[in-house]
Amino acid sequence: MSARLIARLDIKGPNLIKGVQMEGLRVMGDPYDFARRYYEAGVDELLYIDIVASLYGRSKLTEVVRRTAQDVFVPMTVGGGIRSIEDVTELLRAGADKVAINTAAVARPDLIAEVANRFGSQCMVLSIEAKQQAPGTWEVYTETGREHSGLDVVEWARRGVALGAGEVLVTSIDREGTRKGFDTDLIKAIAAAVEVPVIASGGYGAAGDLAAALGAGADAVAVADALHYGRVTLDALRQQMQGA
Amino acid sequence: MKVVIIDYGMGNLFSVRRAVEVSGATDIEVSADPSRLAHADRVILPGVGAFADGMAGLTRAGFVPAIRDYVAHGRPLLGICLGMQMLLDQSDEFGDTAGLGLIPGHVRAIDRDTDDGKRRKLPSIGWAGLQPEAAWQGTILAGLTPGAAVYFLHSFHAVPSDHADLLASYDHLGTKVTAAIRRGNVTGAQFHPEKSGPVGLGIIAAFLAQTSTA
Repeated sequence: MSARLIARLDIKGPNLIKGVQMEGLRVMGDPYDFARRYYEAGVDELLYIDIVASLYGRSKLTEVVRRTAQDVFVPMTVGGGIRSIEDVTELLRAGADKVAINTAAVARPDLIAEVANRFGSQCMVLSIEAKQQAPGTWEVYTETGREHSGLDVVEWARRGVALGAGEVLVTSIDREGTRKGFDTDLIKAIAAAVEVPVIASGGYGAAGDLAAALGAGADAVAVADALHYGRVTLDALRQQMQGA
Repeated sequence: MKVVIIDYGMGNLFSVRRAVEVSGATDIEVSADPSRLAHADRVILPGVGAFADGMAGLTRAGFVPAIRDYVAHGRPLLGICLGMQMLLDQSDEFGDTAGLGLIPGHVRAIDRDTDDGKRRKLPSIGWAGLQPEAAWQGTILAGLTPGAAVYFLHSFHAVPSDHADLLASYDHLGTKVTAAIRRGNVTGAQFHPEKSGPVGLGIIAAFLAQTSTA
C-alpha cells in the first residue's frame, strides 16, 4: 500500500477557502474546478471539510460533493457538521466514500460506533484538531479550532479507534497554514497509539516535509494551500514523498 | 444493453452509476426492485459496510433468488467491495453469515500480524498494484498491465476455495490480499473501480464488454 497524497479542500458555503491557523479566511474559487484539476493530475484522494458547518449546519457541502463525483473518480472523504447517521447517508449517497467527524464525535462518542456499525470502520474517519499544550501534549479542539474540549489528543485517538474509527485525520492547529512543516511529534504520538492509518494535515511548506511526516508514521499526507496557490504541483509532491 | 445497479441501501450508488455512464453505457437503472434483473444484460452489486447487514438488505428486498436466477442465465455479474464479498459462501465477520454462494469460499479478516513480527494497519486503505493470479484475458482486467494501481478500502477479503477462481491479488506487507475473483460469468472486485481513476473506468468498460456465457 503506497503512502497517499491527499488534496485538502476547505469549504465555506459554495467556495473553496483557505485560512491561516483556521482564522482569516480567503475565498479561492469554485472547489469543483480545483478538485477536477487535482484528479486529472493524479491525486490519490480528496478531502473536503466544511469549516463552518459545525457552527451553522451544512449548507452546500452535499451539493459540492455531488458535483465533484460527476467527474472525479478518486475517493472523497467529507467532513464538517456531520451529526447523525442521516447526515452520513446523505453524503455517501452524493458520492463520498468516507466521512470525517470531529465536533459531533467529541460531543457524543457513541456516534463513532454507530457510523462504524452501519457503514463499516473503513468509512469512519476520526478527525482531530490538535493544539499543543506543552511538549508532547496536545488538546483536542472542536468547532474548527474554536472550542477546546479538555480531551488529550492521544487518549482520544485511542478511544475513537476502540469505538470503531478506521482512520485518524490529525490536523495541527499550530501548524495549519504556517508552512512550518508537519508536527512530527504529534504524528509520531498518534501513530504509536493506534493501529489504523493516520492522515497528517497542516503545515506543509518545503520539500522535506512530506517525507518527515511519513517517516513519523503517517500513512497519508494532506496538502491544501500550497496546491491551491500553485506553489507546488502534485508531481513535485509525489517526488518529495519518494524520499520517505 | 441494459445495466442494472442493485440498490439495497448499502453503498455509494451515485459514483458507481456515474462511472458506468462515462464508461459508455447509456441504459442504466439503479433499482431496488429484484424483478428488474430479468431485463438486465449486466448487473452490478455494489456495497460498503458490514457483511451481515448487506445480506440482510439483499434478502429483505428479495434480491437473493433474483441474483441467482440472473447468474444461472449466464449473464455477467460484477460485485464490488462488499458486493464482491457477498458472492462467496460465508463470512467470518462478526460471527458466521451465509453469502450468496456463487463462488465457493470464505471471507476472512486480513491478518494483523506480519510474518516478520510487525503489525499491519487495518483497514487497508489506499492504492495498490494488481498482481495476476490467473490469466486476465477475457476478464474485467483484460488490457491492464500487471502492477496497475487501484483503490482499496477494506479489512476483510475473499478467500476462494478453488485457487482457479482467484484472478488478482495485491501485496500488503508480505501477505497476498485478494483483489479480484472470477468464476464463469460472476466477477468480484475488492477494490473500487469507480474510485480508481482512468484504470478503474477501463475495468468497468471491460465488464460492460463481456459476453454472456450462455
